[in-house]
Amino acid sequence: MRYQRVVLYLLLGTAALAMMAPLLIMFSTSLKPMDEIRGGSLFALPQAPTLEAWGKAWAGRDGGSGGLSGQFVNSFVIVFPALFLSVGLGSLTGYALSLWKLRFANLLFAAVLIGLFIPPQVTLYPMIVLVRELGLFGTVPGLVLVHVVWGLAFVTLLFRNFFQSVPADLMKAARIDGAGFLAIFWHIMLPLSLPVFAVAVILQFTYIWNDFLLGLTFSGRGSQPVTVALNNLVGSQFGEQEYNVNMAATMLAALPTVLVYLFSGRLFVRGIAAGAVKG
Amino acid sequence: MSHAEQSRPAILMADGGAPAVRPRWRLAPLTAARIALIPAAVITIVCFYAFIVWTFVISLTRSRLLPVYDFVGFDQYRRLFASARWWTAMENLAIHGTLFIAGCTVAGYALAIMIDRGVRAEGFFRTVFMLPLSMSFIVTGLIWQWMLNPVFGIQDAVRDLGWEGFVFNWIVQPDRAIYTLAIAGIWQQVGLCMALFLAGLRGVDPNVWKAARIDGIPTWRVYTDIVTPMLRPVFFTVFVLLSALVMKSFDLVVALTGGGPGFASDLPARFVVDHILNRQELGLGAAGAFMMLCTVVAVIGPYLYREIHKSRGAR
Repeated sequence: MRYQRVVLYLLLGTAALAMMAPLLIMFSTSLKPMDEIRGGSLFALPQAPTLEAWGKAWAGRDGGSGGLSGQFVNSFVIVFPALFLSVGLGSLTGYALSLWKLRFANLLFAAVLIGLFIPPQVTLYPMIVLVRELGLFGTVPGLVLVHVVWGLAFVTLLFRNFFQSVPADLMKAARIDGAGFLAIFWHIMLPLSLPVFAVAVILQFTYIWNDFLLGLTFSGRGSQPVTVALNNLVGSQFGEQEYNVNMAATMLAALPTVLVYLFSGRLFVRGIAAGAVKG
Repeated sequence: MSHAEQSRPAILMADGGAPAVRPRWRLAPLTAARIALIPAAVITIVCFYAFIVWTFVISLTRSRLLPVYDFVGFDQYRRLFASARWWTAMENLAIHGTLFIAGCTVAGYALAIMIDRGVRAEGFFRTVFMLPLSMSFIVTGLIWQWMLNPVFGIQDAVRDLGWEGFVFNWIVQPDRAIYTLAIAGIWQQVGLCMALFLAGLRGVDPNVWKAARIDGIPTWRVYTDIVTPMLRPVFFTVFVLLSALVMKSFDLVVALTGGGPGFASDLPARFVVDHILNRQELGLGAAGAFMMLCTVVAVIGPYLYREIHKSRGAR
């Protein structure tokens, strides 16, 4: 029995190392100067660690262009309004769908659920036309709009599944006391759904921050999110690439969502499982 | 919620009826509920379904840079099916999909079982395995592009260790590049499968384990013969989820290989975006997009049908 435990921990440890290795290598690469990268092994630790690459990744080369700082800020400017609008709209929709016995509610829910699986490429071009007609193409509000549209299905689903489990008596009691649609939502259902709310916020933050396709399609010069800028930075260099800068830039772009994940832990897992199981 | 409230006259609870006396300015609650659903309904009907129809219509025209509505029947589909690049992309989707789904499922299930054996530091292992999930596919793609770089990456590092002839340059081999996609994809998504399987394993009735122990059944037999069949719904969910991810795979291939070398690791999602955004072949791109939708319907349709049926029954 004893040696079985040892084997178990060995296997798990190896797996954990395999999962962590790319991240550790990325980090160590970002601290190396270029000649160390050229001369040394991928696995070697940095001999003379320097934050120079991080500075270049953030602010650009020689104080010039190419840094990610601007797009990093853009991403935040896009994420927060999109996050609050989509979670607000999704929670309200989920609430109305599951707790008010409306005709066609099931039909609408089915339509929303299916929407979760439609590849964005299928509706991409019409959406471009819509956003362009609204005069929002290439702007932050335009990006916020498309994120709200494409995030609606997921958030609605999350809240609908939660509200579905709210006892009917609670609704009845609230209505007997004369509370209206919004009052019940605001004073009873929202406080009740705070955990789901947190899950929705965390996951929407992650999804919107990590988005690439919508940023690539709908952003302009001043509204480019960090994922798109990162891909351009790594893809567009001529001659020899500065791998340390690439790796530092990659880590910078990954940092916000990784931090959110590390600090939210359980909630992230629950959301991913809940959202996943249901659709 | 208290019993006193429930014993009030039932007439007040009739559907649609608010209490008899209510302020005039307030909407009837059901009307308010209907109004609240308008944005979602508009978005769903217009941005999902009307736009699908629109894309289909465009795919029947000769549109290039901008949509023009002179219909050419299924010409764009004929062009699509005659395009070698499209078939490479579809073949890659099949290869990548199979490897990715199988790899994630097997590795995720194995990790979940190991963690479920009551290990210490469970939280640590779970956090580590799920960490890549929080990162963008772009980030994952760029990390692995670096790891797989033939000049500086794993190949070089292993040669430095003494295996001079070690070759691991798949990312620049046209017939191997597609496999690197599965490596990066599995690395990123295996944590999701692990979490789903772990939740499933934790849901198994402890009495099953007690009974198996009393009968003296070895642990591995309990997993293969009893627990795994019980988790069939979880396997199904994992399959559907990963399929949806595979069909949408765009970012990962853009960041990891750029579809290259040439178009050797292209995927349908990239084919479509490339034709719509860069190549001014709107009609052809729309046709490709519509074929993507058909693929999704074929694979995920049955699951959705069941899921929607179930939620109706529950009401």
